[in-house]
Amino acid sequence: MAGISSVGAYIPMYRLPRTAFSEAWGSGGGPGERSVASHDEDTMTMAVNAAVDVLKAHGRDGIDGLFFASTTATYREKLSATLIAAAADLDPNIRTADFAGSLRAGTSALLAALDAVNAGSAKNVLVVASDDRQGYPRSDFESIFGDGAAAVVVSRTNVAAEITQRVSIANEIADVWRRDSDRFVRSWEDRFIITHGYDGTTRQAVQELLAGAKLTPADITRAVLYGPETRSHTALVRGLGFDPKTQVQDPLFTTVGNTGAAHAMIMLVAALEQAKAGDRLLLASYGDGADAMLLEVKKRAKKGRAVSGHVASRRVLPSYERFVAYRGVVETNPEPPLRVEAWSGSSIAWRDRAQTIRLHGSKCNRCGTVTHPIQRICYQCRAKDDFTEIRLYDKPGAIYAFTRDNLAGGLETPVINCVVESQEGQCRIFSILTDADPAQVEVGTPVEFTFRKMHEGADQHNYYWKVRPATDGR
Amino acid sequence: MGTIKDKVAIIGMGCTKFGERWDSGPEDLIIEAAYEAFEDAGIAPDDIEAAWVGTLRSGEAGAIVADALKIKNIPITRVENWCATGHEALRNAVFGVASGMYDIAMAIGYEKLKDTGFGGLGVGRGSNPVLQARATAPSYFSFIANRYFHTYGIDDDEGKELLARIAVKNHHNGTMSPKAHFQKEITVEQVLKAPIIAWPLGLFDCCPTTDGAAAAIICRADLAKNFRADPVYIKGIGFSVDSMLPMTRPGFDYLGFEANREAARQAYEQAGIRDPRKELDLAVVHDCFTITELVIYEDLGFTERGHAPEEIRAGTFTLEGELPVNTDGGLKSFGHPVGASGLRTTYEIYHQLQGRAGPRQVKDAKLGLCHTLGGPPQVACVTVLGTDPPR
Repeated sequence: MAGISSVGAYIPMYRLPRTAFSEAWGSGGGPGERSVASHDEDTMTMAVNAAVDVLKAHGRDGIDGLFFASTTATYREKLSATLIAAAADLDPNIRTADFAGSLRAGTSALLAALDAVNAGSAKNVLVVASDDRQGYPRSDFESIFGDGAAAVVVSRTNVAAEITQRVSIANEIADVWRRDSDRFVRSWEDRFIITHGYDGTTRQAVQELLAGAKLTPADITRAVLYGPETRSHTALVRGLGFDPKTQVQDPLFTTVGNTGAAHAMIMLVAALEQAKAGDRLLLASYGDGADAMLLEVKKRAKKGRAVSGHVASRRVLPSYERFVAYRGVVETNPEPPLRVEAWSGSSIAWRDRAQTIRLHGSKCNRCGTVTHPIQRICYQCRAKDDFTEIRLYDKPGAIYAFTRDNLAGGLETPVINCVVESQEGQCRIFSILTDADPAQVEVGTPVEFTFRKMHEGADQHNYYWKVRPATDGR
Repeated sequence: MGTIKDKVAIIGMGCTKFGERWDSGPEDLIIEAAYEAFEDAGIAPDDIEAAWVGTLRSGEAGAIVADALKIKNIPITRVENWCATGHEALRNAVFGVASGMYDIAMAIGYEKLKDTGFGGLGVGRGSNPVLQARATAPSYFSFIANRYFHTYGIDDDEGKELLARIAVKNHHNGTMSPKAHFQKEITVEQVLKAPIIAWPLGLFDCCPTTDGAAAAIICRADLAKNFRADPVYIKGIGFSVDSMLPMTRPGFDYLGFEANREAARQAYEQAGIRDPRKELDLAVVHDCFTITELVIYEDLGFTERGHAPEEIRAGTFTLEGELPVNTDGGLKSFGHPVGASGLRTTYEIYHQLQGRAGPRQVKDAKLGLCHTLGGPPQVACVTVLGTDPPR
């Protein structure tokens, strides 16, 4: 029976203490902090970094599908799953699809992957969910939401958690929504939407699931229940009869925030990080209806840095102003146009995709010299077209030379342009150091690669790899 | 490889006032430099048999010179080789004349940088949308400073002060150059307190963004005395192009530029120079950033590698020093209209060798060197000019 074999996640490094909201507006806020995608991050970059995180544990062999779920994909017309598959350096011979439009999209993608694997039409499907929804400034959503992504591999073999039972319910209701022209999340009066939306529907799905499996709440080791915020989540836990102290998976509201379509998946990844053989998990997600499923844990899942690792590495975002600037809510002083915007675009990006999106370098088959970008003729021995492409972002590197450039523009100045020397054949890679305190950089600073948004040239999202200070492994 | 020594002479030169020439377009700059050169050589525009024009990005094709000067029906070729573009125009004109095809040719270089709406040369390199999206010239050269300080154990304060001394020297020399962009003394303290452009390079470590043009009239060496009593002879030209992406080249040490060393080797060999520090009377080199001038001292053999700091402290390269460098203020003070710079450096050597350099005159100057470096490094040109007539 199909199930989850490996888990990974990505939570942005930046966290905004919720006091920032009460300081900005004189009210609101709430306890703890929320994660904030940095100025060079968005739904897609988080998705790629989560995918890479799980693949570091799982490997790429046998992955024959990638399903992506989000309500904030950065293109309205253009597939996101193909970008994630390419950046994750997967074989192009795979099935790709996006799931969108609902907070339930994450579990919809998971269920579709299970169906594919159970049906035998796929062997291993990578399911990625990512979201960075925006609440109106001065709304509760602004403070409640967080940004993040989860990634799991659904497999037929080496399964860590089998999904044995499932229930889905559709509920046509305008409780939270965005029209195609809306940037910020809208919602109806909360008494109504909790009663007839989240609480009522999720409760029904969970109860039907337990009844169908002939189980009681006490038979569940851990209840992984999506919640819009703390109060409604707590009420549902109580209403269903779970013990909040021993049975309930941390909804991450005080550390990450509500991560939309990714939230149930992030909670599931966190639960599987801890789960041991014999545990029985109940997962429920909500959005225009509910999905509920039972997971029987067979062994520990292979995991990347996952949720625990990412929650542990954090930097405090210094101000509310940076938060609204990073999310594009306020327009900041325009910079001079980047020169590449004048003449670059689709055909070059496509032609160079191996060395950019996949961060491949060339390793000379004759003398072993590793270079980036890919060189057809070896710098050292002049061998022509005699090289092997190798992926460079898995290996850490160190800063070989750097600067803090105040002329290079962008939302955050200075830009730390740098040359990285990779542990892969001492390959030199021109890069930008991000997620870093400019004053803390020095020659030799260890770095790791991270997928980021570069600019909007040619009216496209231009993505590439940057580096950030190495965080402790797992 | 052969030699260009004593085959060609410069018989006239012109150079515009460098600076923020808001009221001048490319054509105005070309006219200003060319007519000074015509007058200096004592020729008319129609005496030119061929021309080479250098501009990085202020115009296309040779027609811009034809249009500005109303010179018709001669070959005019636009050349471009980054910051060595002006030198490339000169080099092509020199080889055109040396070939025997033309008796008189013109090399002209110009750049109109102040029409972009921003300072510097812009952000981003190459045609790929992301590989070097936020690369800047100051970033590339700051890597050199970063590695130089790191490798030789120079702390930030000490390193910044060394670089500041180069800026102060060049600004001082610029006060005696009426055509320079800046005529203003600065102090080490001012340099150290200036805003950072790309650490460790501050505002005064970077050359300005400047408009300007410069031109040279080239003729066969054996005809030169027909035009003037004091022609200046080309003694050697070295040119070297290395990788466009030295930062990705395995093993690149960021302590200097192989292209500089190779261009100098070629030029010295042609000119018969064995000890440049002793034999040269002055040099005008490519101080786009102060750190660039520092490594050039070593690359061009004015001192051993790793020894530039002690030479800077000793004042070796000041106007009164053993080998004056950037007597006209260099790019730092004179300005850097990219296509013009190779000919502006030549303009200074030409006038110094003729004893026409005014208060910054180097005594008895007979042999001078000028140099440009295009980048991200590595396109370098070294020319050696002298007064000794051909033997």
